[in-house]
Formats: sequence, C-alpha cells, structure tokens
Amino acid sequence: MGRAWKFGDNISTDLIAAGRYYHLRSNLPELAKHTLEDARADFAPNAKAGDFVVGGRNFGKGSSREHAPVVIKICGARAVLAKSFARIFYRNCINIGLPAVVVDTDRIDEGDDLELDLTGGKIVDRTKGITLPFPPLPPTMARILEEGGLVAYIEKHGDLVLA
Amino acid sequence: MSGQTLVERILSDRTGKRVAAGDIVITPVDLAYVQDGTGPLTFRQMEKMNLTKAANPSRSIVFIDHASPPPRRELAADHVYLREFAAKTGMVLSDIGGGVCHQVAFEWYVRPGDVAIGADSHTVMGGAMGAFASGMGSTDVAVALGLGKTWLRVPETMRLDVGGRFSKGVYSKDLILKVIGDIKTDGATYMAMEWGGAAIESMPMTERMVLSNMAVEAGGKCGPIASDQETKRYLREHRREAEWKEVRPDADAEYTQRIEVSATDLEPMVARPPQEDNVVPVTDASVKGLKIHQVYVGSCTNARFEDIQVFCSLMKGEKVAAGTRLIVTPASRESYEKSLKSGLLEVLIDAGATISSPGCGACPGVHGGVPGDGENVLSTTNRNYVGRMGNPAAFTYLASPATAAATAMYGVITDPREVA
Repeated sequence: MGRAWKFGDNISTDLIAAGRYYHLRSNLPELAKHTLEDARADFAPNAKAGDFVVGGRNFGKGSSREHAPVVIKICGARAVLAKSFARIFYRNCINIGLPAVVVDTDRIDEGDDLELDLTGGKIVDRTKGITLPFPPLPPTMARILEEGGLVAYIEKHGDLVLA
Repeated sequence: MSGQTLVERILSDRTGKRVAAGDIVITPVDLAYVQDGTGPLTFRQMEKMNLTKAANPSRSIVFIDHASPPPRRELAADHVYLREFAAKTGMVLSDIGGGVCHQVAFEWYVRPGDVAIGADSHTVMGGAMGAFASGMGSTDVAVALGLGKTWLRVPETMRLDVGGRFSKGVYSKDLILKVIGDIKTDGATYMAMEWGGAAIESMPMTERMVLSNMAVEAGGKCGPIASDQETKRYLREHRREAEWKEVRPDADAEYTQRIEVSATDLEPMVARPPQEDNVVPVTDASVKGLKIHQVYVGSCTNARFEDIQVFCSLMKGEKVAAGTRLIVTPASRESYEKSLKSGLLEVLIDAGATISSPGCGACPGVHGGVPGDGENVLSTTNRNYVGRMGNPAAFTYLASPATAAATAMYGVITDPREVA
C-alpha cells in the first residue's frame, strides 16, 4: 500500500534528475533529495517507502540517464505508473528492478491509497474501491524484473540470454 | 514475403537470421560508448556484474564531454574513475576537448550496417551513417560493453519521405522541428524513424545527422538513413572509405506509418518552451521579435563546422546586438580546427562571441552558459525542457544556426530570410 503522487504528461528526465545536479550522480542518496524537484518540490522530502509515482503520457522522456529511475527508487517508490512511457526510461526502470506499469492513470487521484499486484496484473485503488488492470510485461522484461533487475539477471545466468 | 525496412535489414544482417518488426533478438554490438554523466554508473554496474573486461576494447569508447573541462571537484573525480577504468580495460578514451560523443563517434567510429549502442539518448545520430544506433541506460550499456551484445525488440518503422527543395534560409533543423511539432514528442515512441526521398538523397551528411539526432525527441528508438554515395564521400573525407558499404531498405518494405513532407513548403521553425513539439514558424507573433538574452550554438545537433559556417555567412562583419550574449561551442575538435583554419573563429570573435572548447557545453545544464532567471535563450540544441540548460526559471527556444545568427544580430528572434 502506498500513496499516489500525481504528475502530468511528458515528465522529462531533466525534471526527474536535473542537469544542475550533475555533480551528484556519483552520490545517489544526495541526488535523490532533488528527485522531481522541478515538477513537484514536495515529492522528495515527503515520499515514503511503498508510495507510487503516477504520471500521464510519455513519462520519462528525454535523456538516457538511468539515474532518473534510480532516484525515484531511492525515494521509496514501489512503482511508476503512467499511461505511456518513453522507451529508454521504461527499459531502465525494469533493468534496475523498479516496476513501470502502463495503466489508465486518469482514474487515479492525488493521495489515493494504491496497491500493486504485479503477478495479477492490476492496481487496486483502495480510496476509490476500484481495480485497474494492466497488460503483462513482455516476457524478457518480466523475467528481468522478476529476478531483481539486469545486474541480478546477468549474475544468475552468467550471460545475456532471452527468457 | 514483403521487403525489409532499413532497420530490419541491418538487424537481420547482424543476427544472421531474417528478422521482422516485433521480434525480440540478441544482437552483437559493433560499437558501444558512454559519456562522463552515464559512464561512472555504467562501470560500477560492470564491476557489480563482474564484467571486468570489455568484449571489444577498440570498439568501446569513453567520452569525457558533458563536464569538459570539469567545473567541480565531484566531476573531476568521476573523470579520474573513467580514465582509470578505460586504461584498465583497454577501452578508447576521448578526453576533454575531443568533443561531443555522438559527433566524434560519427566522424571516426560508426560504420554503415553497425549496431551502435550508447549510454546517451542522442546516440540515434549514428543512424545517418546507415547504422542501427540507439541510446540505452547505463546497465544495458554495461552489458553491451562487457559481453559485446544486447537484446532488443526489432522496431516498427515510420517512413518519412521528403521531396521538393529547401528554400534559402531553411535547413534540416527546420524540417525535424516541423515533423516533431506535427507528430509530438511521443509520435514515434519505440519506432524507427527512417528518412528517405529526393530531398534526403541530395542532402549533405552533416544536415542528415540533424534528422537522425532528433529522432529521440519524437520518442524514436533510432533514426536510420540509407548509406549511399554521400555516406561514402563523408567516410572518404575521414580517411575511412574502406568502411563504406551500401545499406538500403527494400523498395517493397513494409512501413507501419508513412509521412510525406515537402521541403519546398518549409519555413524556418522555432520550438518554444517547455518542449520540442511546441513549434511555430519564425514568423509567428509569439516568437518574432522576442527579446533573446543568450544565443547558443552548440551540441551534437547543430554545432558542426558546417553549422558554424552557415552562422558566420550571416554574421560576417556584424556584431552581436547589445544586451545579447553569444556562446559558440564547436561539436568536436575537427569542427573547431576547421573553423579556425577557415577563418570562422575570427568572424565569431569579431562579432563578440564567447567560444568554448568542444563538448556538450551549455546544452544539458552542467556548465558553460547557464542562463539567468527570466532570461530567454535561442539555442541550436535539441531540448528545451524546464531546467534543461541548468535553470528552471529560464526559457529555451530551439532553432537552426541560421535563425540563431539572425537573432544574435538583432537581439530578438529574427527570420534569417530577412537577413541573408
């Protein structure tokens, strides 16, 4: 269970991990204090473990910086939910073991109490008493996520193999 | 069986089996690279996975370009780590002053038919070489460097056919801005944006590169362009003619989407903040005459010798308007040197420009031209998000080098066709 933090469409990786904090990229806990600062300055100081980042269309567009999903994860996010994702950000989320879920986020409001059922393919909005289904991840990505991300996946299999 | 798109052909060739859009494949990686913002995390991930060697050291490159030279101690420390890791693994190091990763990679490393993976989203620029070039995150690139391969889904292709002729003062930057304005920043998500048609065939390589470069601004996975005689000419110019081969899509390739554009109808375009699809012609009342505090010519998108040449052809003998600053950051050492030897740097200095060393410069907001609160920047770069250039209280307008020159002269956004 966790709280929904709502964001709009087109949240860029510059909004998630701003270029002016470039020098903190090798100090991730410090960089994480500025997560999404230019979109919602109240997020990073108040986010709790298990909370959800909830975006609209094209979440995570822009640069390839993996630091963007990493700092969201450090802030405690259980998952990122959005109507659609930019390609590199989506892949980065899965690679670091942070679920990125494509779901109709219009039905979720700020502060709603959410629950993620990854294997069941649904988000439960406990505030509204509704269930939002989502399609399963492509098999390769599902396996990487299931095994805790790409580092764990490579460690386990000793090679890059398709699930 | 229908024919193959450019990306299907490249990936079929590299994987040794006929692939089609939607297939999941593991492909060899012919070129992999990182830069100083993504490299430290990439190498820490390699260490975690116990990938202590590079699969192909001479085709693995470490670029120090984003914080070049480093403005802070923390970034200097990252550079030390990158240099040590490169030395230990035998990877190629492109140190400060060499230039932007994508530009240097294009000049000296990307080959037609290659699969090129970089830990930077504008890796897509390599598509102009007739390669599959795509940006990925640090962990994916760590695997590509260490194991020499990556997995990916063969993308569907959006084919963009460009006919007609470009009018004076109109460039490929205007074309890509127009297309992004039309299809929006997620219009090509997960897709290959394949460019072709008469106007692309007659387009010089340095202009094609802009189209491939900004594929990611429409969400594209790659932006391939067929390798042809112009590709061969470019490689010859870089003493790499032996690396040329023709790479073309089949005439009966199956495209998910087709877009036709007439270059003849294009005008100079400007992307207004806060994102690249907020595009209007330079004549639009919302931009024409808008006060600009800083003009920036830089980045992998539009800071090559040829861009500086266009800029200087308008600026020659003129001064930057009072109250406006001009910063020029050549994209690479090659562009810097050519600009010097052909007298362009003198034109810029006479005009009152600040010239900085090759690298990413002010584009990603690390250093080298962070605008002040409330200031407007007219930039030849690729992104204009809130905070992109290092200040969330400033505003970035994207345009071509020609529009940048006209704007620098008058201190307000100006149509280059009125100046030429």
